[in-house]
Amino acid sequence: MRWQRFVSVLKARNREFLRDRSALAWNIIFPLLIIFGFAYAFTGDQLGHYKVGVIGLSEDAELDFYATDYVQFIAINEQEKALSINKVKRHKLDMLLDARLKRYWMNDSSPSGYMLERVLAGSGGYAYQKEVVKGKQIRYVDWLIPGVMGMNMMFSALFGVGYVVVRYRKNGVLKRLKATPLSALEFLSAQVISRLWLIMAITIAVYVGCNLLIGFAMVGSYINLLLVFVLGAFSMISMGLIVAARVKSEEMAGGLLNLLSWPMMFLSGVWFSLEGLHPWVQKLALIFPLTHITQAARGIMLDGASLLAIMPNLAALLVMSFIFILLGVLLFRWE
Amino acid sequence: MQPILQIKQLHKQFNGLKAVNGVSFDVPEGICLGLLGPNGAGKTTTVEMLEGIRRPDKGSILYRSAPLNETFKNSAGIMFQSTALQDFITVRESLELFQRLYPDISNIEEIIKDCALEDFIDQDTAKLSGGQRQRVLLAIALVNNPEIMFLDEPTTGLDPQARHNFWQLIHKIKRQNKTIVLTTHYMDEAYELCDKIIIMDHGKIIAEGTPRELLSKHFNDVVIQMPSSPKLEALIALPDEQGGLNFSWHQEGVEIRCSDINQTVNQLLSAGISLNGLQIRERTLDDLFLELTGKALRQ
Repeated sequence: MRWQRFVSVLKARNREFLRDRSALAWNIIFPLLIIFGFAYAFTGDQLGHYKVGVIGLSEDAELDFYATDYVQFIAINEQEKALSINKVKRHKLDMLLDARLKRYWMNDSSPSGYMLERVLAGSGGYAYQKEVVKGKQIRYVDWLIPGVMGMNMMFSALFGVGYVVVRYRKNGVLKRLKATPLSALEFLSAQVISRLWLIMAITIAVYVGCNLLIGFAMVGSYINLLLVFVLGAFSMISMGLIVAARVKSEEMAGGLLNLLSWPMMFLSGVWFSLEGLHPWVQKLALIFPLTHITQAARGIMLDGASLLAIMPNLAALLVMSFIFILLGVLLFRWE
Repeated sequence: MQPILQIKQLHKQFNGLKAVNGVSFDVPEGICLGLLGPNGAGKTTTVEMLEGIRRPDKGSILYRSAPLNETFKNSAGIMFQSTALQDFITVRESLELFQRLYPDISNIEEIIKDCALEDFIDQDTAKLSGGQRQRVLLAIALVNNPEIMFLDEPTTGLDPQARHNFWQLIHKIKRQNKTIVLTTHYMDEAYELCDKIIIMDHGKIIAEGTPRELLSKHFNDVVIQMPSSPKLEALIALPDEQGGLNFSWHQEGVEIRCSDINQTVNQLLSAGISLNGLQIRERTLDDLFLELTGKALRQ
C-alpha cells in the first residue's frame, strides 16, 4: 500500500463531498429536522395512566390501593428491582412498590409520584415506608437523540460509500482508476477513511447544535460515546462496501441500500423500545450494527454506562466491521 | 528493432460471442498504429487487453519481449472511450490526483501547455465542453510520461474544429517518440495520424499495412463523380457486356469506378453525355473500408 496514492484519493473524495453543498447541507439538516420534529411532537402532557411497578403483588393483594382507577400496576420481579428504581429516577415509572418489604420509591420531583403517594396513604398503604430517589425526567427526545444520530450515520455511511462507489463504477471513474497503479485496497481505504471523518465531523456538529438549541441528557463519558460512534460509523461504512463491491447500476444499489437501511431503521430501537416486541424480533435486531450503536450510545448518554457495560455492543460492532470489510474487499471489482 | 508490443493469437469471448478471434500483430516502437473497424468489430476489446485491464481468454501480449505485468501500468498512458472524472474537482486537481498515483511523472505545467488547458485549468471538470474534456483526458493519459499510449476513439462526438485541434496534439505527442495505439472509425483521422493501419471486423484482422500500401493493394482504379442525367442513367443501366459501368449513386449524382480514365471518358462522350461537373478523385480509406466490411461507417 502506497501512502501517497491513498492520500491523493482521500483528498479528492473529501473535496468532492465538501464541495457538494446540497449533499452536505442535507447531511446536517436531516437529523436536525427529525430531532426538532420529534422534540415538538412529544412535548406536552402525555395521556394515559399513572404507572406503578409492584414487587410481590400477591403479598399484600388485599391492599385498597390496587383498586384505584387510572393507575396501571405492573408486576415486577426481584431481579428487575434496580432497573425499576432507575426508571423511577427517570420518571418512566411514577412509583415502585415492594409489597414484601412494605416500601415504596418515588421521585421527589415528580408530580405524579406525589399524587400517588397521597392516594397510597389514603387507601391502606399508610404503613409503607418512603424511599426518595432523585433524577431528572428523561424526555422522549433525550431517549431519541442517540438513535437518531446513529441512524444518520447509517444513511451517510451506506449511501455515501455504497451508492457513490456504484456511481463511479457506472460512469467509468473506477475503470480509469483501474488502469493506474492504484490498488483496490488503497482506493477502498481512502473511501472508508474519508467517509469516517466526514461522518464524525457531521455527528459532532449535529450533537453540539442540538445540545445548544434543545439541550439533552448526557451523563456518561464523552470518550466512550466517541468510541461508540467511531466504531459504529466504521461498521456501517464497511457494510456499504459490500453493496459497493459488485453492483453496476445505481437503481440496484439504491434498492439494496434501502433493503438494508429500512429494517435497521425500524428494528434497531431508534424510535421505540424493543422491550415489548416478540423475542425473536429482539434477537434479530442484534444482527444490525445500528442496534448496538443505539443501545451503547443510549446507555452512555442516559445511564452513564461504563466501558465495561457497553463492551458487548463494542465487541459486536468490531466483529461485524471485520466481517463486512473482509467481504467488501474480497468481493470488490473495479468493473 | 524489436517491436514494443507483440500480440499473438488473442481470443476473447463474452457470453459465447467471439469479440476477438485470433488476432496477431506487432506494434513497432515510435509509430502511431490505427485500429479501425465498425462498431462491434472488437477494437475496444483488443485495446483493453493490450492495456492490461482485460484478460484474454487465450493468446499472449509481450511488452518489450516480456509478458504484461502490473508495472506495465506505469509505462502506459490510457484514454478510454468514455470516462467520467470525479465530480466537484477542477482540471488541475484531476491532473494532480492522477499524477500522484504514478512513481515516474511528467512536468504538469508542460502538459497543461501542450494540451492547451490554461483557459479552464481551474474549472470544475463537469463543466467542460466536449473538446476540452477530451484534451483533459489526453493530458491525464500523459501524466506518467508514458512510453506507449492507448487512445480509444478519442475524437468521437467532437466538432470538426475540435477534432483538428486534437489531431495537432497527437502530432505533438508523436514527435516525442511515444508509441500510440489509436482506435477510430474516422478514416480521415486514421489517414492523418496513423503510420500503420489494422482493419478489424467480427473480431478478426481483415487488412493490415500503411494507408498507402492498403490503398494500392486493394485499388487500381479511380472514381469519376458527375451529375446525373437521363443519358447517363441509360448508359449505366446497360449490362456489363454492352458497356455498362461500375457505378453507385451519390448525393451529387453518380460515382463511376474505372481503371482507365480515357476509355471511360470516351465512352461517356460517344454516348453524348456532357462532361460538365465531372470530378475525378482517388480511392480513400472510406472506400477501402466499405469494400472490406460492406458496411457504412457508423458513429
